[in-house]
Amino acid sequence: MKFKTFAAFVAPSVFMMLLFIAFPLVSVFIQSFYVTQPVYETVAVETCTPGFTGQICTTETKSVPRLDDNGKIVEVTRFVGLESYRNVLEPARFWAAVKARSWAALQAIDFWKALRFTLMFTLVTLPLVIGMGLAIAIVINNASRAIRGPVIFVSLLPFIITPVIGALSINWLFRGDGILTAGLEWWLGRDIALFAQAWTIELLMVLYRVWHVAPFAAIVFYAGLQTVNQDSLESALIDGASRWERLRYIIIPHLMPLITFVAIIHLMDTYRVFEEIVGFSSQGHVISLQWLTYDFLKPDQAGNRSISRASASAMLTMIGIVIILVPLLRRTWRDHRGAGA
Amino acid sequence: MQIRKILLAGAMSLASTGAWAGCAFENTVPLKSLSAGFEAWKAVTDAMAECGNFTAELDQEFREKQPEAFAADPALYQIGGVANSTMVPLLNAGTIRPLDDYIAKYGQQLSANQMIKIDGETYAIAMMVNNQHLMYREDILTDLGISVPTTWDEVLAAAEAIKAAGVVDYPLGGTFKTGWNLGEEFVNNYLGEGGAFFGDGNMPAINNPAGVRALEIMKAMTAYMDPEYLVSDSTYVQQQFQQGKIAMANLWASRAGAMDDAAESQVVGLVKMASAPMGSVRPASSLWWDGVVFATNMTEEEADAAFRVAMEGLDREMVEANNDVAVWLIDGYVPGPAAEGAIATANNGAVPYPASGPMGIMHTALGNGIADYLNGAKDAATTLADIEAAYLTSAKEAGLVE
Repeated sequence: MKFKTFAAFVAPSVFMMLLFIAFPLVSVFIQSFYVTQPVYETVAVETCTPGFTGQICTTETKSVPRLDDNGKIVEVTRFVGLESYRNVLEPARFWAAVKARSWAALQAIDFWKALRFTLMFTLVTLPLVIGMGLAIAIVINNASRAIRGPVIFVSLLPFIITPVIGALSINWLFRGDGILTAGLEWWLGRDIALFAQAWTIELLMVLYRVWHVAPFAAIVFYAGLQTVNQDSLESALIDGASRWERLRYIIIPHLMPLITFVAIIHLMDTYRVFEEIVGFSSQGHVISLQWLTYDFLKPDQAGNRSISRASASAMLTMIGIVIILVPLLRRTWRDHRGAGA
Repeated sequence: MQIRKILLAGAMSLASTGAWAGCAFENTVPLKSLSAGFEAWKAVTDAMAECGNFTAELDQEFREKQPEAFAADPALYQIGGVANSTMVPLLNAGTIRPLDDYIAKYGQQLSANQMIKIDGETYAIAMMVNNQHLMYREDILTDLGISVPTTWDEVLAAAEAIKAAGVVDYPLGGTFKTGWNLGEEFVNNYLGEGGAFFGDGNMPAINNPAGVRALEIMKAMTAYMDPEYLVSDSTYVQQQFQQGKIAMANLWASRAGAMDDAAESQVVGLVKMASAPMGSVRPASSLWWDGVVFATNMTEEEADAAFRVAMEGLDREMVEANNDVAVWLIDGYVPGPAAEGAIATANNGAVPYPASGPMGIMHTALGNGIADYLNGAKDAATTLADIEAAYLTSAKEAGLVE
């Protein structure tokens, strides 16, 4: 393909990437080093609000932002260096907890608490998703042609459901005396409260995520299974290889690039776990890094939001994803180079 | 296409037949409002719509849109629905206008109590008040020979007796959902203990015996609540009541009407209202109001029309048709049994929610931080110290603390 043609095809995509990904990223990166604040004045204000018998008037000194001649709030932006990062990471408390060898103290700091869950969630769901995906793909592949279509459709269903809706449904099925909890209680003959402690919530979240994402892995692996060399399989069969040995020595090595691909996508997605936290309203027990960013960004009732800390937290999440991907990327790169040589 | 046109025509004709049925004048200026989405707002905006050319947006996430929408010039909404706390950002940004001239022209029916005054100027017209107060199952308390509890100690003693009798799943309900609800529970109890949230220069001041006591009360309550209390919001507690699963709760007055809603409730006529339990100083509750504000960034013609339309929404006719939907401040309201608890709480000396910029941050820090104490991860003093530290970080970033 001529370079000009290539450029013409790629240009719109590059432009969109720059506009919607690169520039916002640069902007977030810059914002994480600055803080923008209104200029406050302290004034005594008398406020009268309704009671039942009559008005209640109180005079208090309040911080009121100064307005300029156009009626806009006067704001100042200043460079704060790494302060927002420090506010998110809380290094002083982190080292104090490490020195005291206190896991509880470490888990009392929002960022480290969120990191603990995020890493656990990412690393536990990864093998489960790949294993389940492979299992579903093999089942589909071995299903007879007549029912293969419906089987694919049914196994893809969980992936089609919007994540927040899916998480909410699980929440309603298990919360309080939800149908499934009531069923479990009847079966086990004891009172069960799945949303009353962290570990049961985390377990539900892992189950939900695996149920939700495994179909994606399955459909990718199923595509890969179509290209397995039938001759190798046949000769293995003649050599007396068992079903397990054929899977272990022929099918899995063949699927390895796809497994790496699914693993990379899954790590990137799962490190940004968010829907489960909101859908299960688990903030009291479990939080994630992405939820932390959202919480900084969300305005409170008085309209305050922590944009600088949200930016810092978002950058830290991105750095985390890069770190977690390094082993897989190095491996892919090595394979790639090996194949080239 | 054809179907869409027909539907549109149908909607238009419906709208025009409904218009100015119950309105004293015909509104010709296009107006929009943005408010929360609960029942009282629906009643009020429906009444406003009778004047014509009016669209209401009822949105539970209104607080995230309102500051930006009102800062636009011209403002995206002429009329806004706010409460104590959500008025703060609009007032701070100067995006809502003083109303005294309009009140003189069109607001004769308003009572002085409805006017929210800041330094003598009226910036909002309140329509209703709300607070959390005790709701209890009269039948259960009577059967067990318990008198209506008035303090937390009595509430806990009653809960113990109800637990022993085993007549409901959980003696107590509570709006303890992590976040705003949990923060509000602390605010109520801390105010009940007579605490103040801030010292000089917006410095936090909750790490004191009153704060510890407020936390201890909350923890004592959780022993009698559904163990999943950290996910339980107002709607959940209301449903627990309606399904006969709980016997007592300090719940919002705006939920009182639902207890006798035969379509939802299995306990019609059994839930009675009383004052919020007394803390050491005053009832463990805070007074809230909801009302309307008007954008600064609109023409004089729009402002005039918006005020007149709003007055039609807040008139006697609307209240008479929706008497039990809220504790109205509007002339013509007849307080029914559902309002008894709210009124008793106010008469016992509950104070208004101390809305301000710093309080917004404090409320968030409380809502996020208290769960650790209830879970047993931290003791009370550490919890309060950590909440103060979280508040300070946010307040510094917001420029409220040096």
